[in-house]
Amino acid sequence: MNFVDRIIGRKQSASSAKERLQFVLIHDRTDLTPAELEALKDDLIETISRHVDIDSTAVSITVAQDGRSQRLVADIPLRNATRSRFR
Amino acid sequence: MTAKVVTVTSGKGGVGKTTAVANIAVALAAKGQKVVCVDGDIGLRNLDVVMGLENRIVYDLVDVIEGRCRLRQAMIHDKRLPELYLIPAAQTRDKTAVSPSDMVLLCNELRLECDWVLVDSPAGIERGFHNAIAGADKIIVMTNPEISAVRDADRVIGLVEAAEKGSPELVVNRLNLAMVKRGDMLSVDDILDLLAIELIGIVPEDESVIVASNRGAPLTLDAKSKAGQAFQNIARRLMGEEVPFLELDTQGLWQRLLGRK
Repeated sequence: MNFVDRIIGRKQSASSAKERLQFVLIHDRTDLTPAELEALKDDLIETISRHVDIDSTAVSITVAQDGRSQRLVADIPLRNATRSRFR
Repeated sequence: MTAKVVTVTSGKGGVGKTTAVANIAVALAAKGQKVVCVDGDIGLRNLDVVMGLENRIVYDLVDVIEGRCRLRQAMIHDKRLPELYLIPAAQTRDKTAVSPSDMVLLCNELRLECDWVLVDSPAGIERGFHNAIAGADKIIVMTNPEISAVRDADRVIGLVEAAEKGSPELVVNRLNLAMVKRGDMLSVDDILDLLAIELIGIVPEDESVIVASNRGAPLTLDAKSKAGQAFQNIARRLMGEEVPFLELDTQGLWQRLLGRK
């Protein structure tokens, strides 16, 4: 990358290689495609909604990396129970 | 003697496995160790030409496994060093001529003969790869600082772990420092972040690797070659010595002035 690229803030090619690899390795390691992850998210929302009131639009399911192991991280915001009861 | 069996593998082809095996073997043999190299790439043998021993082949790995010769008869002595040997791959057969259990038996027999057995794995993740790792005590995964090589290395590391061979160690080959400094090549730290295994060597890109293989002469004996030095360091680490890694000044002048990492 030359000086001009740096001045105008163009990204270095090594960092895009790293970002692309991070993404691709998660899917290689877990055998989970982005579409399967979406399907899993929909199933989770459906199951959890049967028990508690959740904000389904704000649910996020991601695969986090910890060394060579992966973990599925779900962030599921609950709706305030008391508020909905008095509504 | 009870040799340690070390397999060099990579997933992707062309990252420098054969060169690494030849040079680490020479470095170990130059330290007085008895070393046997095994070319595991049946049908596509190359360790013989890289080591300059192609004219001396009589028997090969498949001849040993199928009982046409004794183990010692297939071990070609590299006369430039007191105790360096090569068992070449068969060229007219394919990888189905050998099974993982054949390799375990062969490695066990070789263990009694020498200090080190270095197995050159074929590229890919099929039978040849499984043969190459079957008898190994330690596995070295090689990669280049390049997106496809790193991805394939990750896949191979997963397969090595699945085969319950422990965590392999990494060699980053063909590192171009100027490109790393410019931010146009993955750094060793980037690769370690991604692959999350222990490092055992960093080999800089070096024209003398091609010159040495043209001649069939070991690079490791050339004191001026930076890659040769790096392979010697890997050999010393295998022998349990603590050798510092190349000092890699990856921060270019402009990056330093701009305070950017």
